[in-house]
This record gives sequence, C-alpha cells and structure tokens, in this order.
Amino acid sequence: MIETRIEPPKPLVTITVDGVEMTAPQGATILETCRDADIAVPTLCYLDTLEAFNACRACLVEVEGSRTLVPSCSREVTEGLVVETESERVVAARKMVYELLASSVDLSLVDGETAMFMERYDVDVDRFGTADRPVRAVKVEDDLYIRDYDKCIMCFRCVAACGPDAQNTFAIDVAGRGLKATIATEFDIVLPDSACVYCGNCIGVCPSGALMFKTEFDMRASGDWRPEDQTVSRTVCSFCGVGCNLELHVQDNRIVTVTSPMDHDVTSGHLCIKGRFGWSHVQPDDQ
Amino acid sequence: MYAVDPRRTESAEWADVWLGIDVGSDVALSNTIAREIIHAGLTNDAFIAHSTSGYDAYAASVEDWTLERGEEVTGVPAETIRQLAHDYATAETAQLCWTLGITEHHTGTDNVISLINLALLTGHVGRYGSGLVPIRGQNNVQGGGDMGALPNKLPGFQDVTNDEHRGKFEAAWGVDVPSEPGWHVTEMFDAMERGDIKAMYVIGENPAQSEADTTRAIDLLDGLDFLVVQDIFLTKTAALADVVLPAAAGWAESDGTVTSSERRVQLMHKALDPPGEAKDDIEILCLLANEMGHNWDIPNSEQVWDELRSLSPMHAGMSYARLEEHGGLQWPCPDEDHPGTLFLHGWLWEDPMPREPAPFIAVEWAPPVDPLSEDFPVRLTTGRRLDGYNTGVQSGGYRSPLATGAVIDIDPLDGHRLGVTDGDTVRVVSRRGAIDVTARLRDGLRPGLAFMAIHWPDDGDVNTLTLDAWDPKSGTAEFKATAVRIETLVGVG
Repeated sequence: MIETRIEPPKPLVTITVDGVEMTAPQGATILETCRDADIAVPTLCYLDTLEAFNACRACLVEVEGSRTLVPSCSREVTEGLVVETESERVVAARKMVYELLASSVDLSLVDGETAMFMERYDVDVDRFGTADRPVRAVKVEDDLYIRDYDKCIMCFRCVAACGPDAQNTFAIDVAGRGLKATIATEFDIVLPDSACVYCGNCIGVCPSGALMFKTEFDMRASGDWRPEDQTVSRTVCSFCGVGCNLELHVQDNRIVTVTSPMDHDVTSGHLCIKGRFGWSHVQPDDQ
Repeated sequence: MYAVDPRRTESAEWADVWLGIDVGSDVALSNTIAREIIHAGLTNDAFIAHSTSGYDAYAASVEDWTLERGEEVTGVPAETIRQLAHDYATAETAQLCWTLGITEHHTGTDNVISLINLALLTGHVGRYGSGLVPIRGQNNVQGGGDMGALPNKLPGFQDVTNDEHRGKFEAAWGVDVPSEPGWHVTEMFDAMERGDIKAMYVIGENPAQSEADTTRAIDLLDGLDFLVVQDIFLTKTAALADVVLPAAAGWAESDGTVTSSERRVQLMHKALDPPGEAKDDIEILCLLANEMGHNWDIPNSEQVWDELRSLSPMHAGMSYARLEEHGGLQWPCPDEDHPGTLFLHGWLWEDPMPREPAPFIAVEWAPPVDPLSEDFPVRLTTGRRLDGYNTGVQSGGYRSPLATGAVIDIDPLDGHRLGVTDGDTVRVVSRRGAIDVTARLRDGLRPGLAFMAIHWPDDGDVNTLTLDAWDPKSGTAEFKATAVRIETLVGVG
C-alpha cells in the first residue's frame, strides 16, 4: 500500500475577466485566476510564497456591482463574478497608488515588473512633490546586508518572511505609527545584537531595493554594478543535506548575489545564512 | 514536537517538550520508551504481525528498562519519557529525525537501530507523514554512498561480494573488480599505524583536522611514504602532502549532481571558472588514469552520469533532461516513465509482503568510552553552529556576524565553581591533549556539560581532545562524548 494524501478536488466556479469567461477552483483569488490566464496584474505587497497582506492597493481591479475597487490578491472568486483588470478607473487608481507612494519613498530600485507598470501608467513620481520623502542614512551594520529605509514601501513582505511565513525568527516588525511607522528590530537595536539569524530571506522578498546585499550596495556605490553583464546559474547549496537550490548571480567571474528559486518545492525561495552569504571561499581575491 | 538533545538548542526552544538527555544514553531512552509503549498496550499489533519479525525477543530485551531506570540513566524525568512514549505511539503520523548526535558515538549504529525499533513498534514508517529521517550534514553525503563511496558497495548499493553485481561492472569496465570489501576511513588510519597503508590519495577531505584525536591522525598522515591531496584549498591535510592537485569547487565551478537527505538527485550548473590551474574532479581523475597507461577520454558530467544510469538500476530513469524538468527526482527511479519515490519503505504495508519482514534487533545500552572521573569531570560534546561548516575551510571566510570563533560553552554554575567569567581564556584538557580557548557561560547546558563547535580548528582544535574510539559497525568515531577538565589560566586573558 502506497498511501499519498490528495485533497478532494474543489468545485469550479465560472467568472468573466476582461470579457473572457474562465473557470477557477473555489477559494482561488482573482489574482491567482488572472495569473493562470496570463493576465498581468501588478502587485507590491503580494508574493506567491507569503500570506497575502493586503496593504498596497496596486492589484486593485474593478468588479461589476461593487461600489469600490477590490484588491485582487485577497478577493476570492464567486460564481458569475465579472472583473475588469485594467478599466479606466483601475488605471487611474493604480497610477495614484504609485504616485502617492513616490511622494514619500524612493522608487528608483523597484522590481522590473513594477517599473514596467509605472511606465505603462505614465506615472509621474514628482506629481505630489518630494517634500515628504525623508532622508535617512542607510543602515550598514555588518558585512552581509544593508537597510535603506528611504526605499522601504512598507509592504511587510520582510516581516512575513522573517516571521510566520518562512523563517519563524520574528526579528523584525512594524514600529511606530502613521507616517512614522517603520520596519525595525526589537527596540530598534542594531542587527548583530538582534534576533536576526542572517538568513537573508527578507532580502529575497524585498521588492524595492530597501534590503540589499552589501556586495550589491558597495558595487552600486562604486559604479561597478552591471546587471546587464550578469549571468544566473542554478546549483545546489553545499552546506547541508536539505538540497536548497541556489541561483548564483555572477559578474566578471565573481558571485555578486545569491537568490533561490521561488518555484522550487524544497524551500520555495528561502535559504539560511550559509547558502545566502557563505560563498566568499570561491571568490578569486578572497581566497 | 519533542527535542531530545543534551543541550537546549534553538530547535529545543521551538519544541513543545525538550528532553535534556545525558550524553551517550540514547539507547537507554529508546528502550525505556519501547517498554512503556509495550506496557501501555500502545503497540501497533497488526503492523508488528504483518511486517516485522523478532518482536518477542525484542520485547523481552527492553523489559528491564522501567521508567525509573530510564530516568536514572538518561537524566530525563520518568514522566517526560512516559509522555513522549504515549504521544509518539498514539500520533496519527510521526517522524523520528536525527543527525550526528545519534551517530557520532561508539554505539552509533545501535542508537539508530534503537530508533528503528520504535518505528516498527508503532508502524510509523513507510506511510505518508511518518518515517525515519536521518538528516544529512552535506549536500552529497547521501549521493556519496549511492555512488559506491563505501568500502563494500558499488554504485546503487550493489555489493562487491555479490558475483552477479560485481560481474555486471566487470563486463562494462573490462577489468576485474576486487571482491573483498575495502576499509572505511577509521580502519585506514589503523592500517597506516600497522604499516599496511603506505600511500594515500585524499579527495576533498581534511582528516588532519576532522578526525578524532588529530594528534595521532597528523602523525600517521605525516608518516606515509606518499600522500596526494586533491582539494579546493591548501588545507592542513594538503600541507602534509607530497603532491597537491588543485580542484574546482563542485557546487559553483563544475557541472554535476548531488543527492539530498530525501534521496533527491539534483543538478548543479557551473557558474564560475575555477582559479589558476584548478581542474574539475572528473578531468583530474581521467588525466591521472591516462598517465597510468589507460586511454580514457575526458567525459562531461552527463556522460559519466549516463554510464552510472546504465549500471545502477535505481538511477536508470533519471536523465539530465528529466532532472532539469522536475527540479530533481527521488530514487529509486528505475525507468524514464517513473515519477521517483516519495518514501522508501511503503513495501512494509503491502500484502503479501514482497520481501522478508523487517527485523526487530535488540540493542543494549553502553556508556561512553571516555569515562568521567575526578581528573576529567566534565562531559564535552561537539557539534556545529548555524553559520559554520565542518572544519571551517569553506565557512571561515565569509564575514558572519554570528561567528563565535573557537570558544567553549560552559554552564554558568560550572563557571561560578571554577571562577571563570564570560570571555576568560581557559585550558581544556582531555586524556589526549589540551587547548586554550575562550569560555562563554551559556544557559541551555547544565553543570558538568560543555560544548565546542568544530569550525575553528586553527584557533583551538577540539579534535585534539576527542577520542578516536569508534563504532565497529559504522566506523564513526565518538566525537560527541569526551571527558575533560577545565583549568583557569592565571594571568591570561
């Protein structure tokens, strides 16, 4: 007897997205259904591997009969739902989301998908001025990674990855209120004194360049960061028997950063300190 | 989750219950749990009858292990042992996971067998969510064994003493394959001492720092007529060598496969060119063979892998293309339509049984070889820290904010008794050697228990203290149980 647990199939519901009828299993979200159908919907706080946090409003869509736009990451499909993913109203709202965000955060290093949508919606990052953008020193407290709060969009992905959705270390959380809310360690102590275990899973999920490898930070500062010259190779971490997959980002025959594929089922993109940072022994001039 | 560990580790802090077992009392704990399961009527009788043999003799062998005796030997309260036994036996699914805390003892194999007995008592094996899970410490410990890097095995766990198995390899390779098992590494050092081994070729290992009782290991390596070391660094072992062959780092500088704890074979892709004259292991071995008068081409890793697949039935279905497509496959995977095997011992539940039933094997507890005494009153155990790896060759270089360096963790009460405060330099003395290291007073130990990580041998080699008494069944030395005393150094630190 080989027993494998299979969940009973969920009933399918029929919905209409941008005029096209499609089916989705009960319990799926509008966002998941759109992505399965290759309909692009922007997200900032949402990530496949984390619990939806429902904070950023980038993924708003229009649902027939709904007074307000709805966050597609969190709204489950129901029979007969009619969805417009890029109506005039949706575009106006998304453009506003990015422009308001840009009034208080430096969006220059957002991920490629977000940059693409900002261009598509003709986002004017200076529309609401930059007076509210705080200027804070980048936190460089060790040789592994940096925290640049001026680029933090408060998407909470790092908090989820550090906490219950991946690492269960709970080294960081939201401190302060309103405009003064930031992500912080306990009592805002420096990272090396905090509960941080340097897995770097927060960097892995950060969409805006607020959390960054020290290597990348230094190379950007010196003008040596050239993504167009980088290759990415997949391998397996050598430090234990779990079998975490690594993506080695290499420039000029040097590893510059390490990521892990989100779609690989061993760890869904998460690593520990050794896999994320323990590669200096193969760097030519570190040996 | 129950955590059984002499130290209250971070995992133990996450557990619902921590059993702070005395070092080296693992069989005593297993046998006590077994007796409790039997006496409470919580055995899986249908599974025992259908899938196992030797139950009666086994049950008799654990009969003396009352909860009270278990408490006396393990140091774990009887009630906690009882609770673990009942929760394990009555859980719908349960796994026993272990690593070197079980195996690095002179009774390592018996420790493992004692755990297997518990799974057989309760039927927690060969089912989804239940099982016996040895967690591997490197990315290819499993793969090394699978490839035949064992004294008695050919690739795919085919036995050198089996004429049919051996004959298949002899036919494919056109050479005779020795029919006698070779030596494992611990036996090799004994053979060096007897003079039966005069030359050695070490690939990717650093025994001058990783063997127990390294003073003896270094003497023996140094006394060889000829030592070749193939490594990515000039390790302490390589420094003793007559010839050093610089190698590429497997995980980043070459293509190939590794096999994880869950028997999953995964591909590695070359990302970097190796430095200087360093070469891929395959190339080095083939060039050597050619120097010895053979005419081997220099195959790529996929060609080597395809040869393996032609000879090892459990790997036959794992083409590079499939490994790429599926993100790895778990053996056995006998043909290219096979999805791989999620768990190994499902056959135990088949009716009729396709193989002989799984035997219970009675094992008896034996205390550590290195006894505590008035002169050596503290039990030193060794292990890893989160950010370190083995002898530190690979992990010593990156700037981990968590790095401790060579320190000995001792219980605050021991610190108080010895007059040692956090950060003092102390001398740690065993029956084999002494080292000076920094002391840290740490909760999570207990009086009489100390801990050192193995990652900083250049600053304080804990393996000059450890004992090379080894398990005759596995060849693994008793790294986990050394008797030491801790001396304060007046005027130092």
